[in-house]
Amino acid sequence: MRFEWVLALRFLREGRMQTALIMAGTTVGVAVIIFITALVNGLQASLASRTLSTQAHITVRAADEAPSPVLDRGQGEVAARVEPRVQRLRSIDQWERVFRELSDLPHVVHVSPLAAGSGFAYRGNASKSVALMGVEPERYNRIVGVADKLTAGSYRVGPGEALIGVELARDLGAAVGDRIRVRSSENREDVFRVTGLFDLGVKDLNRRWVIVPLRSAQTMLDLPGGVTHIDLTVDDIFAAETVARRIASQTGLTAESWMAINTQLLTAFNNQTMTTRTVRAFLVLIVALGIASVLVVSVVQKQREIGILRAMGASPRRIMQVFLIQGGLVGGVGAALGSGLATLMVYGAAFVLRQDDGSPLLSGAIELEVYLTAAAVALVTGLLAAVAPARRAARMDPVEAIRYG
Amino acid sequence: MAETAPPILRLEGVRKSYNVGTPIEVEILHGIDLALAASEFAALIGPSGSGKSTLLHIIGLLERPTVGRILIQGRDIGALDEAGITELRGRTLGFIFQFHHLLPEFTALENVMMPTLIEVGRYDQTMRDRARWLLARVGLADAVDKRPSALSGGMQQRVAIARALAMKPPLVLADEPTGNLDSHTADEIFALMREFNRQEGAAFLIVTHDPRLAARCDRRVELIDGQLRRAQTP
Repeated sequence: MRFEWVLALRFLREGRMQTALIMAGTTVGVAVIIFITALVNGLQASLASRTLSTQAHITVRAADEAPSPVLDRGQGEVAARVEPRVQRLRSIDQWERVFRELSDLPHVVHVSPLAAGSGFAYRGNASKSVALMGVEPERYNRIVGVADKLTAGSYRVGPGEALIGVELARDLGAAVGDRIRVRSSENREDVFRVTGLFDLGVKDLNRRWVIVPLRSAQTMLDLPGGVTHIDLTVDDIFAAETVARRIASQTGLTAESWMAINTQLLTAFNNQTMTTRTVRAFLVLIVALGIASVLVVSVVQKQREIGILRAMGASPRRIMQVFLIQGGLVGGVGAALGSGLATLMVYGAAFVLRQDDGSPLLSGAIELEVYLTAAAVALVTGLLAAVAPARRAARMDPVEAIRYG
Repeated sequence: MAETAPPILRLEGVRKSYNVGTPIEVEILHGIDLALAASEFAALIGPSGSGKSTLLHIIGLLERPTVGRILIQGRDIGALDEAGITELRGRTLGFIFQFHHLLPEFTALENVMMPTLIEVGRYDQTMRDRARWLLARVGLADAVDKRPSALSGGMQQRVAIARALAMKPPLVLADEPTGNLDSHTADEIFALMREFNRQEGAAFLIVTHDPRLAARCDRRVELIDGQLRRAQTP
């Protein structure tokens, strides 16, 4: 073992109480950093996945129609009030081509076409306003997992079949096997047999959604062969906005990410992340101050020894290394122990914290990246915290140290 | 002492001032010329405040003189930078201090190996053997694994002597090595230094207040008010 390591290790080992305390401090600091990171990541992921269980990560639709001026702006003064255009139900132009294009984009996982519009559902005397969702059942199920949220019946959307929400079923007094009549905003009517009831966890959706085959919706909405939306999922939900912007610029269509739609949720996430970051920064600072103060005391205590080591031929640089190694070791060991402690804490939290349906809120798994980042931060913090004490030790005048020994 | 032997140490016109350039500038050493032959066993005596320690620190390359030249084995150290001086100090000089300055975290054996560890960088069998041999020579064969705190003052000073000789330095500087020991222990320590001087051929320069010990050295160098009095031979 090299001289610098021999000394650093021995100084740490013999500084029992000091070493134990600062290692404990670093351990707790690292553990809390990892724990809150994992906790907030877990909470956000959980909340995001619940939000996204009823919506696509990105929805692509035809761009809004803008009023086109009749007169050129250059042709003199025109006093005009520009009336916004009425937005008709329109199909995405050449949607099959767009669909293929979107499927090939990086980060895009699943793609599903959708013909959606509004209408009324009737059964007997009851009539309810509904959202008509024309889908290809298998594709759509990969975007919004309706199949897992059925409370009755089966996930089957063949010709003349429909899935409706539990609230709508109650309003219409319909059960699986019953027939309902649906009239679209285009005034076309069709009859569907209810094959399943779903509960998406959002009352409004349970009350309004009627999921029917794509072809039926196209006919009823007067969009032969057309679709109004294309839904996508991406591999990283927090990259959705970036992907959406790319799609918009590439296709000229309107692409909205879940982030743009749920701005409040995203703001909450950002605030949470900011808060966590601040807490983490202060923890790092506290750990750094702790390590630095212990090393400063150690340097003062070892003044004489540093003097004699200098007299025996140890250069200031090597004395400095002795203390840098100590800082690095405290940070490194603290990172290792802290990672272990954090694992236990997250495991415990996963056990205790439950969602309203009783499933664990956190997976209990911490991403390797979180460990590695925390370890790197602890190590660098240890080294940086040791810089000032180490410089002080290196600058120590051997004569002073020896004379007043 | 053979006339042909080159001096291990030569000081030429060494002056040392503190607070240079300020109103409180004070000169401690006023032009010291001194030569120490290889294997010489010399005492540096003088009253308190005469500048003995300052002179010893300058010879020990821990401080630089304000004016004058220092030659170690004929080599002018004025040309060396800090790193060069540190290296030269580690190789050619052994130190024994009044307060032994052993490292309390290390055993007697590890303390004796320390100068060699600094030089070589890592422990090896050669330095271990040398350290054991030295500790046996100072009568501490059984105490190799003891910490300084488990040793008496005399034993600690013997470890310090063994440590000073670890690198086989041609010159050992001792600052009041018997200063805080009883006279019997002081005699033992003195005898040990004498023995190493004869057997290892190391030159010794010993700062002491004890006229009894000074009288037993080959040569006495007396420093009064920052100036050397003519060297005396007993």
